[in-house]
Formats: sequence, structure tokens, C-alpha cells
Amino acid sequence: MAVPRSRVDEIRNCITLTEYGVRNVHTTDFPGNYPGYDDTWSQKRFEKNFRINIINMDDSTVEFDMIGIDCAIANAFRRILLAEVPTMAVEKVFIYNNTSIVQDEILAHRLGLIPIKADPRLFEYRNSGDEEGTEIDTIQLQLKVKCTRNPKATKESSDPRELYVNHMVYSKHIKWIPIGNQADHFGEAVIGPVHEDILIAQLRPGQELDIVMHCVKGIGKDHAKFSPVATASYRLLPEITFLEPIEGELAEKLKKCFSPGVIAIDVLEGKKLARVANARLDTCTREVLRNEELKHKVKIGRVRDHFIFSVESTGILPAAVLVSEAIKVMMSKCQRFLNELDLAQME
Amino acid sequence: MATEGVSRKPVLEMVQAEGADESCVTYVMHDEDHTLGNSLRYMIMKNPEVEFCGYSITHPSESKINFRIQTKGGLPAIEPFRRGLTELNDLCQHVLNTFEMSVKAYEQQSFEDMA
Repeated sequence: MAVPRSRVDEIRNCITLTEYGVRNVHTTDFPGNYPGYDDTWSQKRFEKNFRINIINMDDSTVEFDMIGIDCAIANAFRRILLAEVPTMAVEKVFIYNNTSIVQDEILAHRLGLIPIKADPRLFEYRNSGDEEGTEIDTIQLQLKVKCTRNPKATKESSDPRELYVNHMVYSKHIKWIPIGNQADHFGEAVIGPVHEDILIAQLRPGQELDIVMHCVKGIGKDHAKFSPVATASYRLLPEITFLEPIEGELAEKLKKCFSPGVIAIDVLEGKKLARVANARLDTCTREVLRNEELKHKVKIGRVRDHFIFSVESTGILPAAVLVSEAIKVMMSKCQRFLNELDLAQME
Repeated sequence: MATEGVSRKPVLEMVQAEGADESCVTYVMHDEDHTLGNSLRYMIMKNPEVEFCGYSITHPSESKINFRIQTKGGLPAIEPFRRGLTELNDLCQHVLNTFEMSVKAYEQQSFEDMA
């Protein structure tokens, strides 16, 4: 007996959340699986159905919808945002003097994690085996702080801010030392840490730090300090359908089962009727499936090809630029193998 | 293969069983993982000439994937492989264009809203 077309559409388009499990998780729309459907890849059909809607955007975050794409590719973009978009970060730390109580290696680790505001697209990767570093692949930074007693402090005060000078080492103490022609090349653009108020170490009188740092270009796959995003994640658009109309007191109960704003109650001819106002706000808690009366009247699921991306940048590059760079990295991966095939073909 | 002075790290290798024709090939792709593996598998599966397509990561400590393609009708496996890469490239280009257009439109809209 043939399955009714609407059931097939449900399996193809929707991930169903049931009380004890999740149904129809995997993409099944490959050619030959469903008679009557043409699932062959068609760039024209893809371009017709594909949409990107930007929900909100500022310098450090962007939230946008990607509709009409498959999970494998959306996930590839997410993975690239986390691990393969290059940035500059401190790699080599030359410690000339460290008399603070923070150990050398701990200090070096902390310095590596500080985000450095330098456009990685203007730099090259350092060649392996090159110890010195040239002006095209290295940024040199210096941290030189000495803590002394404050001569103007009163006798009785116990506040360290009054008693000592330079007792907190912040990232604003890190200075850029241009090498080669970097000064003319970058000129007005100041290279340094993104945030000024990152606490690196604490000192007491007599202790000092004299450190030179080299920043290189790297990717998150190598070390997490190179990751350009605070985080990048996506979720699928939730979908709530009523199997029968829900009215009266049951409508009120239904409204309480979902996050606020998801279900709205209309009053028609004195009767309360529930409708789905904004499924986007739902967090898919499945609370409605715990209610004996409601669990057979509602079907919750997720739309398989509607991704709500949320990307937050650490401040090195604006979030929208990061997404563009991630897509370019993906294209360069494909190009690399196409070139390899062409090379092999020629031989 | 032409001899080179400096040994090049392999990027793509082909493994084929003796006696098998060109339609069943395993490609070993170096320095790759699920990012390219899963998306390329999806693109190649969308090709109706492909009978089987799958990938596996041989060992999590080594960054290489074994990518297997089997085709129907004697079509050499390199064809869907190349076509999948090209289609994935075109897809990403379209996504990039659409995203940049949306960003411009959003900036334009917020500029007008402020004015």
C-alpha cells in the first residue's frame, strides 16, 4: 500500500520529536529513494529555494537564518568557523625577566590566549623551520612592567590601589613594536590586544615583567587560541502542529507548556482557541508530551533545512566577515582537490 | 610521475583493488576530516549515477579520510568525484554571494532606519 504523499513529505522535511526519541533524523532525499521525486542535485533548484535572512547584526555578533541547505554543509561551515578560519595570536614568548609569582609557562599560556587585533588576511603563514620570522608573517609585541611602592600613599591605607604603582598588569600594557616596513604598511591602524582590560598578572613592589612576544598566523585546529569566534552554533527551526483544534482550558494549559510567546490564545465567539504565534522562540523542551491530555493533540518537530546560525566573534574580525571567510575556506578546500585532480590528469 | 627535488606531502591518493575496474575506487584524502568528508559525500550521493558513496576516518590521530565511490554502468569513479567537488564549489559561491547581498541589504536598511 502506497504511503500517502503528506506522510512522505513529513519524513523528508521534518525531524519529529516524540516522547522517547527522535524520528527521521537523517537526510534521505537522495536519487532513487522516493519514487516520484526528482532528488538529483540541481544548482538551479537550489538557488531558487535558498535564502539567507539576517535577523540582527552588530560588530561582534551576527544571527542569521540559512534556509534550503542541507545539514552536512551547514555543519561544515560551523566547523570551519570554529577551527579553520586563521587569526594572529602570540606563539613565541621571550621572557627576559619575570620575577612575579606567576610561573613562566603559565604566563606564556595566558599571553597566547589574548585575542590580538590584527587582520590575518594581511599576513602569511610562517614557513616551518623559520625561527626568526619576517615582517610579513610576524607581529612583535612587548610587555614591560615594573611594580613600585607609591611614595604618596598614606601610612594607614591598606588598599593595594593606593599603596602600589603598576601592581595589576593588564593587556593595555602590551605595546606593538613594528618590524621592517610594518610601520608604513599599517600606519594608523594600531595593532594590539582587542580588549584593554584583560588581567594578565599581579605584581608587588620589586617584581617586574620584561617580555617580548611574537605573534604568528594559525588556525583553531592547531590550538584553540587561534579560533576567531567566541562560539559559532546553529539550531534548527522548531515546528509545532496541532492534530486537532485545542480550545478552552486546554488551550491555557498548552500555552504554559511552551516558552512564552510561542502559543497565542484567540477568543472567537466566547471560546478560547490556541494557535502557534512564533515557533522560533520555542526551545523544544517536550513539556507538552508530559501532559496526558495534550500529548496526542500536538506534534512537535524541527524543520530539516532551516538553520538559525548565531556567530559571536572575539573582536578580531567582525562576525559577518568571519562567515564570509569561512565560506571562502570551504571553496579553497574544494579547489585544492580539483587542482590535484587536474595535476594527476596531466601526467 | 615526474621526479621532484623536494618530496611533496601527498594530498590525494587512489587505492584500487586488483581486477576491479575504474568504477570502484577509494580515495585517500590527506589533511581532511568530517568538514569536507560529509559535505562532499552529500553532494556525490545526489548524483544518480553513483551506486555507493561513503567516507571514514581511519584513525582519529591521523588527519586523513578514506572516501569510497562506486558507480553504476561502468562510469569511471573520478567523474562523480570531480563533479561533486565542482558542484560543492558552486554551492559555496552562491551561499557567499547571497550572504554578502543580505549583509549589504541589512546595513542599508539599518542606515535608512537611523536616518
